[in-house]
Amino acid sequence: MTLFTLLFLLSSCLLVYCINIEDNVGQFFSSGHTNNWAVLVCTSRFWFNYRHVANTLSVYRSVKRLGIPDSHIVLMLADDMACNHRNPKPATVFSHKNMELNVYGDDVEVDYRGYEVTVENFLRVLTGRLPPSTPRSKRLLSDDRSNILIYLTGHGGNGFLKFQDSEEISNVELADAFEQMWQKRRYNELLFIIDTCQGASMYERFYSPNLMALASSQVGEDSLSHQPDVGIGVHLMDRYTFYLLEFLEDIHPASKTCMNDLFKVCPKSQCVSTPGHRTDLFLRDPGSVLVTDFFGSVRKVEITMDSINLTSVVSHRKEEPAANGELQKEVYSYSDQLPVSEIIHQ
Amino acid sequence: MAAHRCGFLPPLFILCALSVLTVTWTQETIPLGSHRAAAADSKPTDTKSVAQTTEQLAVEQRQWEATEVEEATSAAAAVSKQDNSSPEDVVQTSTPKPKDEFQEELVVRPLHSGDIYASFQFRTLWQTDFTRERKVSHYGLFPKSLGQVISKFSVRELHISFTQGYWRTMQWGQPFLSSPPGAELWVWFQDTVTDVDGTWKELANVLSGIFCASLNFIDSTNTVQPTASFKPLGIGNVTDHRFLRYATLPREIVCTENLTPWKKLLPCGTKAGLAVLLKSEKLFHSSFYSQAVHIRPVCQDWQCKTASWELRQTLNVVFDLHNSGQGKREWSLFKMFSRTLTEACPLASTSKIYIDVTDNPEGEQFELSPATALLSQAVVLGDRRTFSVYDLTQQITFGTVRSLNVLMRWKSSEGDMLRPLLHAERYVAGYGLQTGEIHTLMYNNHPYRSFPVLLLDSVPWYLRMYIHTLTVTSKGKDNKPSYIHYQPSKDRVRPHLLEMLVQLPPNSVTEVTVEFERALLKWTEYTPDPNHGFYVGSSVISSLVPSLVALDTNSTWQRPLFSTFFPCKEESSYFVRVYTEPLLVNLPTPDFSMPYNVICLTCTVVAVGYGSLYNLLTRTFQIEEPSPGLAKRP
Repeated sequence: MTLFTLLFLLSSCLLVYCINIEDNVGQFFSSGHTNNWAVLVCTSRFWFNYRHVANTLSVYRSVKRLGIPDSHIVLMLADDMACNHRNPKPATVFSHKNMELNVYGDDVEVDYRGYEVTVENFLRVLTGRLPPSTPRSKRLLSDDRSNILIYLTGHGGNGFLKFQDSEEISNVELADAFEQMWQKRRYNELLFIIDTCQGASMYERFYSPNLMALASSQVGEDSLSHQPDVGIGVHLMDRYTFYLLEFLEDIHPASKTCMNDLFKVCPKSQCVSTPGHRTDLFLRDPGSVLVTDFFGSVRKVEITMDSINLTSVVSHRKEEPAANGELQKEVYSYSDQLPVSEIIHQ
Repeated sequence: MAAHRCGFLPPLFILCALSVLTVTWTQETIPLGSHRAAAADSKPTDTKSVAQTTEQLAVEQRQWEATEVEEATSAAAAVSKQDNSSPEDVVQTSTPKPKDEFQEELVVRPLHSGDIYASFQFRTLWQTDFTRERKVSHYGLFPKSLGQVISKFSVRELHISFTQGYWRTMQWGQPFLSSPPGAELWVWFQDTVTDVDGTWKELANVLSGIFCASLNFIDSTNTVQPTASFKPLGIGNVTDHRFLRYATLPREIVCTENLTPWKKLLPCGTKAGLAVLLKSEKLFHSSFYSQAVHIRPVCQDWQCKTASWELRQTLNVVFDLHNSGQGKREWSLFKMFSRTLTEACPLASTSKIYIDVTDNPEGEQFELSPATALLSQAVVLGDRRTFSVYDLTQQITFGTVRSLNVLMRWKSSEGDMLRPLLHAERYVAGYGLQTGEIHTLMYNNHPYRSFPVLLLDSVPWYLRMYIHTLTVTSKGKDNKPSYIHYQPSKDRVRPHLLEMLVQLPPNSVTEVTVEFERALLKWTEYTPDPNHGFYVGSSVISSLVPSLVALDTNSTWQRPLFSTFFPCKEESSYFVRVYTEPLLVNLPTPDFSMPYNVICLTCTVVAVGYGSLYNLLTRTFQIEEPSPGLAKRP
């Protein structure tokens, strides 16, 4: 009899397993992306805007932790807070008071820093119109199967975002840049998150398909900062990104949390401002979109049983004997570092 | 495949289960693998693997041993304890292995002010020819990113440094390798390059991507072509200065994002060897931090008939005694780097730590532990210094605790520091935002010898220098330079370049003065924080300083790395490069909030004034009879 119960249990397990397989397969083919990119921008300069750099670095940290490699992240920081001479703990940027979490870390690669973070460079990165000698780490090399996460933070207003206290980008420009990206097939799906005052105004003008947008505050509202640290002397994080970071810390690369949970991050009781989102341009249902579709970089692996013969492609090059023949010809020597007589008679 | 099978799987399973039941009545084993095989038929069954495990293990073990034996012969030949200059052909594989060698060392020098100076040097030597037409494709210890840069841009020598802080020569003495605050890049190109300026710009862009720095700001407005300074440090016969470019970015910040890619160039990374000590939180909490990469061709052996490429990565850091928060003077590896050493880099042929004990011959100044019997003497910066050596390739260095933490405890702090023979300062004099003066002071502290000094000044175009006001005075008298080269600036195209060869009389101060005028920039040319000021790069002073002891002009082999950077051609003097401070000047800055105010004010004035005038001129007054009311008078 015990055997029968055991078999009954096994059959029920198998049924559940079957259903799971169907579900997994369904999700396997639902999101059409093959790679993930992230463009994280902090647009504020000066020491009292420490929190904007901490915002961007905490999103960078989450995105790296969930799998997107540095080569697929374009990180733009308008000012250097970690090695700023006002920083009492150099090479660190903290997000929690009492210095609990150093979001700067030991393995950070900033692609655009200081004066390079301008509206022009940002739009060039998005649209891909960069000078030919730009290195790969500064380019957004996305294709039509890329899911891109764009995160902006700084000071903003109704319809604009301020870059480095000297110029602005308007919501119309941003919408046009995304349309250019769509026409050139530079993204499959795009998630746009903005943490500034009146952030919802920045996504009002979007008109390209497959865009999902989140903002930390509605038009007419200010996004507030979270907490100051007495040791460092400035506010460390903004509220929206602080609760976003808390939410993302619970996500791991295999988690099944969907976007609807992300929309609930930071309600009015915690954020004081009302976060908003926009999904009307997005083709899929947000309830079926995983957070890791944008924040993580989950590799989809296909197992095959066919064997492939690798022929040796590299032809073996022997060392040229002619090189030995040149040995006897000339003797090299070091140059004189300060040939005084030569210089005088130059 | 499992998807569409799922529908009719449960009844199939029930059939299987029944068969299983019959089987279990006969045998004891429960084949759990049966239903698994139905669901995912790609996996081999466990029973089969279990049966063959022992066989496979034996086979694998045998294979592992075989490779170990092969590795042992190659390892014994390559990593030998003698100072072999060129590693032999070691492995008889079918692909030719690049012959490369890696050495690492750390020099710790206590400074007179209580601070401590640590200098890391990592050297990779590779015998290959980047200039061949067929591209080099097999990289070993030499990093591929730099190798591709050398071959693509036909670079003969490349020197790039990132520095934070200023080296205080009077308190700390001379560094092994000096560098100016900010970023500095100078490159010698091969003579096959046709467009040097275009190649230089592309090279700066590529390096900005490799080192995560904004080197793309290097363009013609801050690049100069020195005519006498910066002679090549590597071997070669070409010294045509058309192929030399020099640029400096004094505003460049150095932080962890520059250290991260620098560490990734090392063969062992940060996993083993001396590089485990490089933790950014400690390194940037210092008075001076500098990291550099130097690539040049060097002699492969003392005969110098073949060239090999040398990549040197240097990191200099000065830790402040009072910053570390302890009262008494005591330094250790753990206090400096918050790490101790556990092993040498397995790819390194030599891995050593040198502690400068010249001021401590009998141990009366400080006590060094763990004690080491190895002592070494080297002539560096014109002085013979004694070092205690810890050889990390020997297991005995790590002792029983398997970790090395070098500790220095001071007992007394007497003794004077030897005054550095050459020292320079620079400052801006004057008042107001229109004119000013740049003063450069060069000190020769040698009591009776004079020596020549080559001064290189590169001033941005927005400080308009008046060269007719240039004066060079030593001890109150005019000192005429034996060589002057001046290239005037061109607005928004080229900076000023001034090179002078001056003989410094003994025990004197030489002052170079030049007046300038500040230009008014266009409003788009200001940085987002214009009230911070604008930087002028450091002056470079290259000199042959008389040495206290005779130098060895023979081969540089079997000498520690820190003493072999500058090639020495004569016995009595050594080459040194000194950098001055960068200058920070304020340019006349407009008030950027004014345009909005001006527009509002002007529009208001125009509207009110013009409107009133128009009304006055065109408005006419007419007298109108009050119209009778609707109710008629009877």
